[in-house]
Amino acid sequence: MRVTLKLKRFNPEVDEKQHWEEYQIDVEPNDQLLDALNKVKWFHDGTLTYRRSCAHGVCGSDAMVINGRNRLACKVLMKDLGNKVTVEPIRGLPVVKDMVVDMEPFFAKFRAMKPFLINNTPAPDGRERHQTVEDRERFDDTTKCILCACCTTSCPSFWANGEYIGPASIVQIHRFIFDTRDEATKERLEIANDAMGVWRCRTVFNCVEACPREINITKAIGEVKKAILEG
Amino acid sequence: MASIVASIWQGITYRGKDGHYAWLLHRLGGLGIVLFLFLHILDIFLVGVSKELFETFLFIYHSAPAKVFVMGLLFGVFFHAFNGVRIILVDFWPEKFSNLKMQRLLFRLVVLVTLLFFIPTAIITVAPIFGTHLSLSHLLGG
Ligand code: SF4
Ligand code: SF4
Ligand code: FES
Repeated sequence: MRVTLKLKRFNPEVDEKQHWEEYQIDVEPNDQLLDALNKVKWFHDGTLTYRRSCAHGVCGSDAMVINGRNRLACKVLMKDLGNKVTVEPIRGLPVVKDMVVDMEPFFAKFRAMKPFLINNTPAPDGRERHQTVEDRERFDDTTKCILCACCTTSCPSFWANGEYIGPASIVQIHRFIFDTRDEATKERLEIANDAMGVWRCRTVFNCVEACPREINITKAIGEVKKAILEG
Repeated sequence: MASIVASIWQGITYRGKDGHYAWLLHRLGGLGIVLFLFLHILDIFLVGVSKELFETFLFIYHSAPAKVFVMGLLFGVFFHAFNGVRIILVDFWPEKFSNLKMQRLLFRLVVLVTLLFFIPTAIITVAPIFGTHLSLSHLLGG
């Protein structure tokens, strides 16, 4: 099938601001959008710039605004996008070039969540801390995050205020406060309760619609809000 | 300011689903209510200053554009109220209400109830423009 790709381009060395450019290419219906972008880059315009690595929805590199919604380019098929496809960089982060944005503000927030197990008590048998299947199930959903930023950059609260820690960070808080092995719940809930924390969430559900791992983020945020209230 | 404009623009151009539009309408409704609040404080204040001034002000309320604004405001108030209930449900019982299926259902319910309240009220508000005065009992066939 023949499709028109309308791409939002930006080259910091020559452009003052972003502009649209169109490319006509032939693709297979079962091609990923990433394949189509590769076609443009390899055969039409080598300057086109975007991140990708695994091409299988695992690394979280290729989040973009595809036909107006946040998606991973490697997780959408051309047949589901129609004959005219628009692609823009994700919103709310500084654009470096074409689809590449500076992810540092996003990762800085992620690091601020202390996304690692905190436990200063030695393990009971000196080796490992046991957990029941149910205990593990409690936070299973939020372990699946691949840090693609589809959620945070689809969030109106984040566009309005870039200081908001954003859904991806709250997913991390959820991941650890409901882990029976973690001992830093109090500290984590304090971060979540901050003025830039969970209360900025307006339950818009854009994050849930955007998450390529189908994490029920708004539910996780709701559970963190409740955990704060219940102390 | 630039960032507010940018974020509003992003809000309008992002192709979200029901939750996104619920948020947009909720915001617009909220802004309308604040705007009306200022107007209302102003008109009540004018009553104290002089009766004539107040009457002139009322004339503004009776103009056609004002009716349109009031209409939007009405919709906004109802939507804001019922959507607020949806948000409370989602916030307090995330395990029950925080999933996309529930979300679609709740959003539809909010729109339905809003329209149920809005349409009769709108008819009553608009009727005087066409020279008829209606009350709720008329609408209910009383
Ligand atoms: S549910 Fe909350 S965090 Fe998710 S997009 Fe909406 S406002 Fe943002
Ligand atoms: S929660 Fe989902 S959308 Fe957000 S960063 Fe993780 S995988 Fe991406
Ligand atoms: S390229 Fe790795 S997630 Fe798309």
